Amino acid sequence: MLNHWCQVRFASTSSASSNAFQAALQSRATLASLSLFTAGSIAWYTHLYGTLPFIGEVHASGSHLSDEGLHPAAYPWSHKGLFDTFDHASLRRGYQVYREVCAACHSLDRIAWRNLVGVSHTADEARAMAEEVEYEDGPNGEGEMFQRPGKLADYMPRAYPNEEAARAGNAGALPPDLSLIVKARHGGADYIFSLLTGYIDPPAGVEIRDGMNYNPYFPGGAISMARVLFDGLVEYEDGTPATTSQMAKDVVTFLNWAAEPEHDERKKIGIKAVILFSTLTLISLYVKRFKWAPIKTRKIFYNPPVDKHH
Amino acid sequence: MAFANTFYNTIVKRNSVFVSTIFVGAFAFGIGFDMGVTAFYDRWNQGKQWKDIRHKYVEAE
Repeated sequence: MLNHWCQVRFASTSSASSNAFQAALQSRATLASLSLFTAGSIAWYTHLYGTLPFIGEVHASGSHLSDEGLHPAAYPWSHKGLFDTFDHASLRRGYQVYREVCAACHSLDRIAWRNLVGVSHTADEARAMAEEVEYEDGPNGEGEMFQRPGKLADYMPRAYPNEEAARAGNAGALPPDLSLIVKARHGGADYIFSLLTGYIDPPAGVEIRDGMNYNPYFPGGAISMARVLFDGLVEYEDGTPATTSQMAKDVVTFLNWAAEPEHDERKKIGIKAVILFSTLTLISLYVKRFKWAPIKTRKIFYNPPVDKHH
Repeated sequence: MAFANTFYNTIVKRNSVFVSTIFVGAFAFGIGFDMGVTAFYDRWNQGKQWKDIRHKYVEAE
């Protein structure tokens, strides 16, 4: 039965119709029509979607390098190493730069005055700074809201009451909240430092709209924020020369702290965890070898039973 | 062997002594380990932490 079926199948593939099929497969007309079909579908696809799939990713970065922005250099931050804490003197200077420069537009919603205590300021200093700001509180006994000086528990005051006001004050562009900005941008601290210090005139052929500024590190190149840091803009209380790069470094360190207030403690716990867990791993490896040693070194002999009946 | 015998006779023999040795030992190790790591960490980051610069800003208490 099987033999018969195979015979039949064999007969059918070697029949005259098969030869005709093979001939059609190899004909010039088929080649031409298939080429036409392929070219047509590619043209149709690119007309619909712009580019072919997977081709774009092969190139370095799509069609224009400027779409992604220039990649920042890796800077030797004082807190970069596995064991390195923040430089708290730099945090204090960075707070000053944030307060005197950035805070004019950017909020820092997730940081309260109390967070500065024991990080960059003493409790008395933080309390004095908080008291300079009026906060709305209430309602009081008559159901009225009232203004009061700030307390340590209050959060940093915002530059604008809401997003719409912020957009209206900045030609439609929203200055992002800076609390988590170092975590929220590719390249983190390196990127923000490069952005702050990277403003240049647009290269030939790049047109920047009115009110926009050219920065090669910003994806697309055109950024609404103008260059704000210039040499000598702030006066540091510890006498550090306030160059552009010094201020940028300090404020980025401060923003990095704002994004990761747990940073110093985290690295210390990390040291402990690595020591403890590697010790425990070594112990467990030793115990395993110790317990398995007799099992791995034993020899098993097989003594066939002796037939005692003969 | 002498050490093992002394160890067994003084610590392991009575369960109350054994358990409290473990508890006290864990407590002491925790403190000692933390002090050791903190000493290393503070030396590595000399001059960078708040406790190193605090004296510049704190007023007489």
